[in-house]
Amino acid sequence: MKYVLMFAGSVDEQEAWEKMPDATRVAAYERVNQWFEEHSRAGRITGGAELQGPSSATTVRIKNGKAVVTDGPFIEAKEIIGGFAVVEVKDLDEALEMAKTWPGGGIVEVRPVVDHSEG
Amino acid sequence: MRVLGDFDLAEEVVQDSLVAALETWPEQGIPDKPGAWLMTTARRRAIDILRRNTRYREKLALMERSALTPEPSEADDRLRLIFTCCHPALSQEAQVALTLRAVVGFTTAEIGSAFLVAEATVAQRIVRAKRKIVDAHIPYRVPEGGELAGRLDGVLAVLYLMFNEGYLSRGAQRAMRRDLADDALWLTRLVATLLPDQPEVLGLLALMKLNLARSEARFDASGEMVLLPDQDRSLWDHAAIADGIATLERAGGMRASGPYQVQAAIAALHAEAPSWAETDWHQIVVLYEALVRMADSPVVRLNRAVALSHFAGPEVALGEVNDLALSLSGYHLFHSTRAELLDQVGEPVLAREARRRALDLCQNPAERSLLERKLRS
Repeated sequence: MKYVLMFAGSVDEQEAWEKMPDATRVAAYERVNQWFEEHSRAGRITGGAELQGPSSATTVRIKNGKAVVTDGPFIEAKEIIGGFAVVEVKDLDEALEMAKTWPGGGIVEVRPVVDHSEG
Repeated sequence: MRVLGDFDLAEEVVQDSLVAALETWPEQGIPDKPGAWLMTTARRRAIDILRRNTRYREKLALMERSALTPEPSEADDRLRLIFTCCHPALSQEAQVALTLRAVVGFTTAEIGSAFLVAEATVAQRIVRAKRKIVDAHIPYRVPEGGELAGRLDGVLAVLYLMFNEGYLSRGAQRAMRRDLADDALWLTRLVATLLPDQPEVLGLLALMKLNLARSEARFDASGEMVLLPDQDRSLWDHAAIADGIATLERAGGMRASGPYQVQAAIAALHAEAPSWAETDWHQIVVLYEALVRMADSPVVRLNRAVALSHFAGPEVALGEVNDLALSLSGYHLFHSTRAELLDQVGEPVLAREARRRALDLCQNPAERSLLERKLRS
């Protein structure tokens, strides 16, 4: 069963992250990398990425066949998505176990991926 | 449903076996010698009592364990179903509805009337929950190891919520729904049978038994509510009290205290007191202190303040209660408790005001009638 783990955090957390002393941030990245490596080696992670901040986002809205391009994320929210991982696990409990050990802090949303292979 | 997506089938199978269990459920008499319950905080005395009651406890443990002797696979199915219904990935409302529907066998109409929600809303909640179980692959399993305790807390919360709604309804139609409270008791007993080594399950079971034991005295002949201080204690079911205390002692023997055990111990102290005045308030305050440490909440603090009023006086208690105003201003029992304390410190005008506020916030007919009577006097 495939799930996407979306890693989110508050704008404040994002700012705190950016203001972190380099050594602290390196150590935090180290923990995140370890988490990714561990689960990838176990075959539980099949993809994923860290995203740049919402200030780098561009939104394309398609309405009546016309594309309108605007600056910024599609929704102004207090929480922002910082990255995601695509995981392949047995069931929701296993996905939740992974989410609970996510070393990046903040919020992890767990969503099942639609399986188009059957029916 | 170890094969996923067969939730409905699993539900049916389990319900069939539950009906069978219900029919053969032995209605055993309660052992005749009630044991005095003491909390672990009074350890010295507790150990004496436990020694004295070892044989009795063994007998009771044997009885409760043999009360339901399902095939191992059946027992597993039941437990899996309960844990699936109470999975934290479902909203608590959905957990309650699904448990009542799938495990206890309520109709959606019955669930709606018990929780004051339209039947269509309940039906939708259940459909959505089942869809999520399938779509998100919520596993049909009993959590193991370190995971069990946390997940069990969720199950117990659902059972306690069910019981409380039955014991003292929030709704305007009926003061008490004995059937719902009895079903919650039955389900808790079932969980206790399936997971016999979990002290908090027994703690909750004891709490329910001890509360239900007072049922006969809670309402007078005309259906008016009688509060604990004014209850005719000879109407209490003393055999049920002894049974509840024995269950609590069994939990205590496992040496891992928890909030349900502490609440049951408080209920036991009330149940064993010959009168309101002779209640061991000191011990009750000590237990509430323990409860605040384990599971702090404004409601727990409100109850502690009531106990404190008997021990340290109404002024001290009123101070504690006033501190809770911010978090409990929408809770009728906060205002009625305040009213009682204001009366005791000689502030009848403020007391009336608080009582009116309580009345505004309360829907339960018996509680309303009690408040109205006090406002008239």
